[in-house]
Amino acid sequence: MQFLSSSVGRKIVMAITGLMLLAFLVIHLFGNSLIYVGWINAYGEKLHSLPPVVWAFRLVMLCVFAVHIYFGVTLALENNAARPAPYAVKKNLRATFSGRTMIWTGLLIVVFLIYHLLHFTMRMTNPDISNSLDELGRLDVFKMVVFSFKNFAIAGVYIAAMMAIALHLSHGVQSFVQTFGLNSDKTIPTVEKAGTGVAIVLFLGYVSIPLVIILGIMNYKG
Amino acid sequence: MDLTLFVWRQKGPKDPGKLQEYKAKNISPDMSFLEMLDEVNEELVMEGKETIVFDHDCREGICGTCSQVINGIPHGGQERTTVCQLHMRKFKDGDTIYIEPWRAKAFPIVKDLIVDRSALDRIIQAGGYMSNHTGGAADANAILIPKPAAEMAMDAAECIGCGACVAACPNGSAMLFTAAKVTQLAMLPQGRIEAAQRVCVMTDAMLKEGFGNCTNHYECQAVCPKGIKVSFIAKLNREFIKAQLPL
Ligand code: HEM
Ligand code: FES
Repeated sequence: MQFLSSSVGRKIVMAITGLMLLAFLVIHLFGNSLIYVGWINAYGEKLHSLPPVVWAFRLVMLCVFAVHIYFGVTLALENNAARPAPYAVKKNLRATFSGRTMIWTGLLIVVFLIYHLLHFTMRMTNPDISNSLDELGRLDVFKMVVFSFKNFAIAGVYIAAMMAIALHLSHGVQSFVQTFGLNSDKTIPTVEKAGTGVAIVLFLGYVSIPLVIILGIMNYKG
Repeated sequence: MDLTLFVWRQKGPKDPGKLQEYKAKNISPDMSFLEMLDEVNEELVMEGKETIVFDHDCREGICGTCSQVINGIPHGGQERTTVCQLHMRKFKDGDTIYIEPWRAKAFPIVKDLIVDRSALDRIIQAGGYMSNHTGGAADANAILIPKPAAEMAMDAAECIGCGACVAACPNGSAMLFTAAKVTQLAMLPQGRIEAAQRVCVMTDAMLKEGFGNCTNHYECQAVCPKGIKVSFIAKLNREFIKAQLPL
């Protein structure tokens, strides 16, 4: 238990759970990309034919999220309390916007996640377009996604949320490398660039889907 | 040159304190920043007012006593420079300069620009040492130390404990300070014996004193007058992980 009350121990927990969430984002992007090759309905069907696997995965994700959020919030509160009186003038030479807003981008991600689950997983926010079946009798995920993102408000929410995730990761990726103690003076600049790179690649990957739908490049012909 | 200063004045730990405006007139560009404040203080003495209280000792950048946040940057923003080594030629005639104390919960303000930094001493007391047996003087080269290890230990030992890292850190963390001592001792064979215990008790002591946690902003390295690097924090993290392993 000493590990979980120590400063560095909790940082390492943040880094491990952050890395697991990052791994999930990569897997999830691969899943989403199946929309480009027309396999998204088949993918949805496959996942839902394996309830134990899906539920085990969801449980693990829930725990990872809960731990990351719990320690993220407590660390942020402690760090705030460590400087009760602010400076009249404070100039940061190195600290970045993304680094200083980790707790806020994190909390935005939580809000988005709740909406995202209500929208696509529980299909409660747009039941009219979210519950039809395709000609093979599978849930028509493709139709749900296309009709959702044709709505500017919904697409806008998703794109904004991806910005929050990209900001979170552009600090988070380089941060976990340092937390795991893998840095030397030589590696830090490269690791920082790579972290931004990972954030940008994931951002472009995720945002491409609402974008091609808004632009009418991908459409539903039913 | 003539300058407008906004200086933090606070009568004591309980006083709310406020920024007060002063004029610094006829300042020579060759003066150090502290000499400039000495001039302002002389004026204040003439006027029968209370002088601005600030910490200083060696005035040659080695003791780590001087401690002022100048225009939002601890030690004023000149690379690898303490306030006492900062010169007025870095400023322009007519400049406005904000001068504040280190701000952190763990550094209570004593008066004006002086803070109590004994929290850093208590981090050292917790484990920033190595235990040695006394006795006859040991042979100088009895324990061999590889050159790169000795160099790294010496680089870490450059820390003068001024606390600028804490003052700059958005989280008020003393991680760079702690990491410098952990690294210095962990690099040397004599220090390895207590290494695992040391990294744990020192980081725990840091938290207990009310410092924040490191979130890898690296703001500390940017202001450190001695060029202590955040790669030492990576080293501390490695030492911490090693300390958790059963071997
Ligand atoms: C898509 C989901 C998320 C991913 C991929 C992610 C990833 C990461 C990563 C990689 C780090 C760096 C860990 C380190 O410093 O070693 C981090 C830090 C952090 N995360 Fe997240 N995170 C996610 C969601 C959240 C959420 C929902 C919160 C809500 C509070 C949050 C709050 C934080 C905070 C406050 C930090 C800074 C902690 C620190 O640097 O010490 N994150 N995150
Ligand atoms: S007074 Fe000694 S370092 Fe500045």
